[in-house]
Amino acid sequence: MSRVRVLVGTRKGAFLLESDGQRRRWQIRGPFFGGWEIYHLKGSPVDPDRLYASQSNGWFGQIIQRSDDGGQTWYPPGGAVETTPEGLPMGQSNQFLYDTSPETGRPLRTHQWYDGTQHPWEFKRVWHLEPSYTDPDTVYAGVEDAALFRSTDGGTTWHELAALRDQQAEKWSPGAGGLGLHTILLDPNNPRRIYVAISAAGAFRTDDGGQSWKVITNGLTSKYMPDPTAQVGFCVHRLAMHPSHPDRVFMQLHWNVMRTDNAGELWTNIGAGLPSDFGFPIEVHAHEPETVYVVPIQSDSEHYPPEGKLRVYRSRSGGGDWEPLAHGLPQEHCYVNVLRDAMSRDELDDCGIYFGTTGGQVYVSPDSGDHWHPIVTQLPPVVSVEVQTLP
Amino acid sequence: MTIRVELPFHLRTLAQVSGQVALDVPGPVVTQRGLLDALECRYPVLRGTIRDPATGRRRPLVRFYACREDLSHESPDAPLPAAIVSGAEPFLIIGAIAGG
Repeated sequence: MSRVRVLVGTRKGAFLLESDGQRRRWQIRGPFFGGWEIYHLKGSPVDPDRLYASQSNGWFGQIIQRSDDGGQTWYPPGGAVETTPEGLPMGQSNQFLYDTSPETGRPLRTHQWYDGTQHPWEFKRVWHLEPSYTDPDTVYAGVEDAALFRSTDGGTTWHELAALRDQQAEKWSPGAGGLGLHTILLDPNNPRRIYVAISAAGAFRTDDGGQSWKVITNGLTSKYMPDPTAQVGFCVHRLAMHPSHPDRVFMQLHWNVMRTDNAGELWTNIGAGLPSDFGFPIEVHAHEPETVYVVPIQSDSEHYPPEGKLRVYRSRSGGGDWEPLAHGLPQEHCYVNVLRDAMSRDELDDCGIYFGTTGGQVYVSPDSGDHWHPIVTQLPPVVSVEVQTLP
Repeated sequence: MTIRVELPFHLRTLAQVSGQVALDVPGPVVTQRGLLDALECRYPVLRGTIRDPATGRRRPLVRFYACREDLSHESPDAPLPAAIVSGAEPFLIIGAIAGG
């Protein structure tokens, strides 16, 4: 393993940042899809040249883009002129139709709206793409309004795993950014197990490939929640898992950082010692399953670092004791945010940690967080950061 | 009938075209629906970008103009103006002027 490729999604396009294993000199490519919001890009673990990107805007909706050559060229799968047996154009990659079929679907009812009334379910955009560990043509998509879709033909067609909506979906309500399914964790050793998280609904797990789901929120708490025994309604911001310990999952909740060691059956608070209980991203070290990273934010009403100092916090013991990591990061007058999908890590021997900010900076630490330096400083607001470790 | 269609910047990029698109639309009566069906048939990547895939309705921030008129709220099955059908005037698909 000697190279890294950082996939950056921003409010105005995608960028690819590439370096050798030193991670000192970077080649910047982009913008790709200039002017469009790129909520997320991610590469296939099986074929690192296979990349998927979610391209959307408020005018023209959702496009899925795919690259088969590491981002040199892109195309919308299913966008070519192909026809069905009936002579109709295919062009299906943009279609995320909720499954209401009697065979595999569920009736599309309503979810809770901001004012407490019920609101029709409407597709808006893809928040997150998660390629399979075993098949480059299989990829999952977390969408708004919240649902999980899967493609098994390289992003050409998409099918909803509708049973997720059995889990009290009428009580799911949108967070400030919308009712998005933003986290998808696949178990590399068990393809039938998937964790997902939805804001603001909670966390869910399937052990049968999506045919049935379980709410996994026991132990979570939320201020002001009228029903203290509620199972859904939690504003989960992000989940992270080390592939060698698929029962151990870390969570940045709206308030508090949480941990489970039994696949979500019970969560415990590990946030003691952090300067704030609020934040968005959470990540786990590539080689140390107990080393976890968060970026505390002042409060849910003040989305910037405490004291204007940009600091990543690291725990080497799975939470409970945290150390600030600030070397190389701005320590005055810094009022950026780090969004939920904007932190990642590489798999080099000296594990690199990366994050992007709403101020357009992307930082890397090539030594597990001890020292940081900016890769780029003037991008549009960064929405997502993913890292590929390449041979 | 050959109809001229002008796409907004982002849809031209998606469809990989420059300038106006010339479309053969089956007649004798040409409607907004028939025109958009023909456009999507030629450029399948545009499916869902102009009309919602689930409802088939115009996306809220997409507008249709022709002959100095806003046709956005016309019935999709209403006949288009003769100047569009004859190719004298283009059918304009525009991203709404919005966004702050």
